[in-house]
Amino acid sequence: MRTIYILWLRQIKRYIRKRSRIVGALGQPLLFLFALGYGLNPIYSQAGEGDYINFLSPGIIAMTILFTAIFTGTEIIWDKQFGFLKETLVAPVSRFQIMLGKTLGGATVSIIQGLLVLVVVTLVGFRPESAMSLIAALFFVTLIGVLFSAIGTTIASRLDDMQAFPLIINFIVQPLFFLSGALFPLNNLPPALSFITTVNPLTYGVDGIRGAFTGAYYFSFTTNVAVLSFCIAVALIVGAYQFSRIQA
Amino acid sequence: MIKVENITKKFGKFTAVDNLSFEVKEGEVFAFLGPNGAGKTTTIKMLTTVLRPTSGRMALNGFDVSKDSSDVRKSFGIVFQDPSLDNELTAYENLQFHAVLYGMRRSEYADRIDDLLSLVNLADRRNSYVKNFSGGMKRRLEIARGLLHKPKVLFLDEPTLGLDPQTRRLLWDYVKNLNKKEGVTVFMTSHHMDEVEKVAHRIAIIDHGKIIEQGTASDLMKKTGKNTLEDAFIELTGYEVREEEANIGLNQMRINNKLMG
Repeated sequence: MRTIYILWLRQIKRYIRKRSRIVGALGQPLLFLFALGYGLNPIYSQAGEGDYINFLSPGIIAMTILFTAIFTGTEIIWDKQFGFLKETLVAPVSRFQIMLGKTLGGATVSIIQGLLVLVVVTLVGFRPESAMSLIAALFFVTLIGVLFSAIGTTIASRLDDMQAFPLIINFIVQPLFFLSGALFPLNNLPPALSFITTVNPLTYGVDGIRGAFTGAYYFSFTTNVAVLSFCIAVALIVGAYQFSRIQA
Repeated sequence: MIKVENITKKFGKFTAVDNLSFEVKEGEVFAFLGPNGAGKTTTIKMLTTVLRPTSGRMALNGFDVSKDSSDVRKSFGIVFQDPSLDNELTAYENLQFHAVLYGMRRSEYADRIDDLLSLVNLADRRNSYVKNFSGGMKRRLEIARGLLHKPKVLFLDEPTLGLDPQTRRLLWDYVKNLNKKEGVTVFMTSHHMDEVEKVAHRIAIIDHGKIIEQGTASDLMKKTGKNTLEDAFIELTGYEVREEEANIGLNQMRINNKLMG
C-alpha cells in the first residue's frame, strides 16, 4: 500500500512541478472548443439538435483525460531511458504494485487536467444540468482516467524508446478520440462507424460524462459503468502480465 | 555471500555469459575486470534479479536468486552503470522513494537519510533538485541510496565512469571505509586498473563470458610476470580493441550523458 502510494506521489509531484506543461495541455482542448464548438454551433442548432457547445464539452473533457492519461502512462518510457525504472525493478516490490502505482498516478493527473478543462469550458459557456450532475460525471472521469492510464502504462512497458510515440498518437490515441462520439451524436450513424464507436471504450466514457451532465444517456448509466469497469479489469490484467515480463 | 554456479546467459545465438562460476566471501571487495562486452554487466543484472539466466544457479546472502527474489532484493544495494535518479525530485525525495520501496518506516529512514547525506557530503543539498547536480554529486547520491536499506552486498557497476580524479578518490575512500566499518560485501566492476588494485581484495578477469583468471592483484601480476595490473590484464585478454555488440560508442554516450545530465 505504501509502495503504491509513493509511486503515486512521485507522479503527482512530477506533474505539479511542470506548470508549463499543465498550461500547455489546455491549449488543444481550447482549440477544439473554439474551432469546432463555435464553428459548428450554427448548423448544429439549425438541425434542431440544440447547443453544440453543451454537446461538445463533455467530449473535450474526455479527450483531455484520454491524452493526459496515455501520455502519463508512457512516462515509463522516459523512466527506462533515464534509468530510473531499474531502481524500481530491483526493489523488493511486486511488478503489479509498480504497475498499479503508476496507473493510479497517471489517472489522478489526468483527472485533475480534465477538471481544469471543465472549469475552462464552463467559463466559455458550457452549462451542466445541475451541480449534482458533477458527482456522476466525476465518477466517469475517474473510470476513463484509470482505464487509459492503465493502457498507456501497458503500451509503454513494451516499448524501449520514444521513437514509437507517433505510432501511439496516430494509431491509438487519435482514432480512440475521433471515433468515440466525442464530436458527433451516435444516432443514425453509417453502420461501419456505428460499429467502431460501439467497440471503442472511450465512447462509453464520453456518453457517461455527457449523460451525467445533460441527463440524457445514449446507452445507460449502468451499461457505461459495466463496459468501462470490464475494460479496466482487462487492461490491469494485461498490464500486470506485461510488467512481469520486463527485463532490464 | 555470493555463490554463482555454472551460470549461462544467451541472447539469441550470442552467449554473453558462458558457464560462469565464482564465489564472493562475506566482507570481501571483489572486482570483475574485463573488456567491453565481456559479460560483466550481464552478470550483475542476473545477480540483481532483473535478468533471468538461461541456465545455472545463483545464491546471494543465502537466498536463491531466481526463487526468493524479494529476499535477494532486500539484501543488496546497487549503483548502476548508467544514472538512475529521478531528476525532477530532490535528493531527499529520491532517497525517501527508495526507503519506502524497501519497506522502511519514517522513523527508520528519516535519520538514516540525513546520516548518509552527510556521509557523501550532500547534507546541504538535501532539498535541491537532482537535475541541478553535477555528475559526481549524482554518483554520491546514488551510493547513499544504495546503502540506505543497509544491504549486505553493494554492487558497483563502473561507478566512477565519467568522474574526475578527485571525486573518484573520494568515492573509493567511502567504499573502503564502509567495507571496513560495516562489513558490507562489495562487488564492483571498473576499467580503472589503479582503482581496482587499490580497493579490491580479489579480482576476477572475465572475457567472452568466462573467467580467465582470478586472485589478488599481486597473484595476477605474478602469474603473468608483469609489474602492473594493467599489463597483466592486457596480457590475459589480448590487445584487440572490443566493441559492445550493436552498441558502438555506447560508453562514450554514457559519458556524455553523465556530463550533460
